[in-house]
Amino acid sequence: MSHTIGKDKMDALFEALSEHEVYGPVEVDGVWTYKKLDSAPDLEFGNSQVPPKSVFFPQTETMFEFKRDGARFVGAEEPQRASKPLVVFGVRPCDAKAFTLLDKLFTWDYIDPYFVDRRERATTIALTCSGQKPDENCFCTSIEGSPSGTEGVDSLWTDLGDRYFVESVTEKGEALIELGGNLFVEAVSDDESSAEEVKENAVKAITRTFDRAEVAESLRCLFESKYWEDISASCIGCGMCTLLCPTCHCFDINDVVKQGEGRRERTWDSCQFEYYSSHASGHNPRPAKRMRQRNRMYHKFLYIDNNLGVIGCVGCGRCISACPVNIDIIDVTEGAVARACMEKDADAKGEEAA
Amino acid sequence: MTDNIYKPVTATVLDIQLEAGGGRPIRTFKMQIDDESEREDFLHKPGQFCIVSHFGTGESVFAISSFPNTDGIVEVSAMRVGNVTGKLHELDVGDKVGLRGPYGNDFPVDDWKGKNMVFIGAGIGISPVRSVYQWVLHPDHRKDYGDVTLIYGARTPADLAYKEEFKEIEARDDLDLWLCIDWKFGPDGPIEAASHEDWPAINMKSPGDTEIPAGQNRFTCFVPQLVEVVKPSPENSIVVTCGPPIAIKFITQALEKLGWSSDQIYTTLENRMKCGIGKCGRCNIGDIYVCKHGPVFTYQEVKEMVPEF
Ligand SMILES: Cc1cc2nc3c(=O)[nH]c(=O)nc-3n(C[C@H](O)[C@H](O)[C@H](O)COP(=O)(O)OP(=O)(O)OC[C@H]3O[C@@H](n4cnc5c(N)ncnc54)[C@H](O)[C@@H]3O)c2cc1C
Ligand code: SF4
Ligand code: SF4
Ligand code: FES
Repeated sequence: MSHTIGKDKMDALFEALSEHEVYGPVEVDGVWTYKKLDSAPDLEFGNSQVPPKSVFFPQTETMFEFKRDGARFVGAEEPQRASKPLVVFGVRPCDAKAFTLLDKLFTWDYIDPYFVDRRERATTIALTCSGQKPDENCFCTSIEGSPSGTEGVDSLWTDLGDRYFVESVTEKGEALIELGGNLFVEAVSDDESSAEEVKENAVKAITRTFDRAEVAESLRCLFESKYWEDISASCIGCGMCTLLCPTCHCFDINDVVKQGEGRRERTWDSCQFEYYSSHASGHNPRPAKRMRQRNRMYHKFLYIDNNLGVIGCVGCGRCISACPVNIDIIDVTEGAVARACMEKDADAKGEEAA
Repeated sequence: MTDNIYKPVTATVLDIQLEAGGGRPIRTFKMQIDDESEREDFLHKPGQFCIVSHFGTGESVFAISSFPNTDGIVEVSAMRVGNVTGKLHELDVGDKVGLRGPYGNDFPVDDWKGKNMVFIGAGIGISPVRSVYQWVLHPDHRKDYGDVTLIYGARTPADLAYKEEFKEIEARDDLDLWLCIDWKFGPDGPIEAASHEDWPAINMKSPGDTEIPAGQNRFTCFVPQLVEVVKPSPENSIVVTCGPPIAIKFITQALEKLGWSSDQIYTTLENRMKCGIGKCGRCNIGDIYVCKHGPVFTYQEVKEMVPEF
């Protein structure tokens, strides 16, 4: 069953969620990210530059602290982990879909306690794209997604002007309605058709398309190609394309000691950094930019698929918007398809000539 | 609440042996997990690795070189190369470290029953090999396997690891032990090391033609040449070899000359790792995560990987 909630009821809903940790989009120093909120969420935003994966997989997090015996550390001690339920407002459907990839990765044979604990405690409220979204770099519809998709979503909200149309996708979504009580009212058929219109407009607003049918096949025969040198020539290795990607999950682990107290932290890391894969001997399997860009593309469109059965891109467009040198994932993959055809033709001609 | 896979258990350093000196010394650390209830979880299989914490400095990945046990005893041989290994080398007996693991796949020792076993170790690469030859040579297992040949080389006689253990191994009559030490290099290439009298030099050009004096089992040459001297037969046999990538390359070339096929040769890979459990991403070679799908691979599998290691 669907409901609506008036925008003027958001403060009351926030009050009703007093036993929850509430997260939502916030602007910090000009950058939209997701943070713990102390007042009702502001859902009038475009896209966040930092994806909401940061709620479950923070940029930096303490894994545990070290026990001390005098001046020496002699063991690991976990701080009391939070146990309150979480609610995350304003998640874009592409980012919610990315959660399902991270779910697979973080439970792949070994359970990652930090991510999984938070995910289990959380209710994800997605927001159908409208207003400033979709933007010029969105292409979710080319990757089996939708601006009103429900993969990884518990409750899907659609902006109807003075109220949100609320669809409960999972039991967690239904529980939210119950908790909100009379803040939510049953939707009428007008609401439904208005929401339908918003959803259709969102699909129409997506201008970029991406034909991924031949991407995997083309990449397979392009490994040794000079193509990777061409496309990575301008890359400065800043890592933004991967750090800000909602499906990227690489991390580093480091010990931090301050004023005698020690802890182990994990932080986002990127396959675009030279030292990421560097062995202690100094040997590096991917010493060149072309290899690191190639690894990024192959990882997204082949390797993750082989291991977890999903591709590592949800079409959010962040890597395109964030790249300081305009390396564009659609151009790169489409270019790969064209190049693979070209090189195949050249090979065939070469063979004929021989 | 989920158990925390990243949280190491505390272990005490029981013994430290200097195995090799020089600028990058190797020490073997014998550690025991403090909490008895945690010890059984650490029962490893030959070939698996563990992650050792120097609390406050960080973690490092090492092959477990000791025999599988439920006493929580874990031995690793660590070369001093950087931050964490540097701090580990400063430890004293009685100091505390962290351990997590065992991780990764293992050598299929059960499938190898009835086969002749050839172990080839170069330098610190002997460490992962040790867990397998200890398994095969154990009184409970020795009868399950055919002939055993152990080929091992290091830079100088002083750099040969596990010296006490090798004395015992050398005294056994149910295996062949072959050792070598490196040539020294001069400006014009390898020069014979005068101080290595007990270690006659092997002709590098055609090592296979070397006449072996009776009873002589130690030479001056590199491990791949020693393999050509020893000529292990590929007939119903398995090779386990580990070492620096360059050594592995020449060892497998020597074996292929002798008729070995790549799927009879087992090795381990050592990519950069952080998590050890397939999450942090960095150990991949194509779609293979060395920490999860490895570290043990046949040479055939290695050849089929994307050329990125
Ligand atoms: C499966 C596996 C098994 C292994 N088994 C063994 C074993 O049995 N014995 C053994 O000795 N080793 C083994 N290793 C290697 C061992 O894990 C490393 O040597 C060890 O982790 C190095 O740690 P460190 O902190 O001392 O070095 P680090 O301080 O991390 O690095 C050492 C060197 O690497 C380079 N480097 C690395 N990262 C950076 C960076 N961010 N910036 C600049 N330079 C950098 C530098 O040149 C530095 O001096 C194994 C590795 C794997 C994956
Ligand atoms: S690869 Fe780029 S477009 Fe695809 S999900 Fe990641 S950041 Fe978004
Ligand atoms: S964002 Fe652009 S410049 Fe930065 S690492 Fe990615 S591709 Fe290279
Ligand atoms: S070491 Fe982290 S994925 Fe392999």
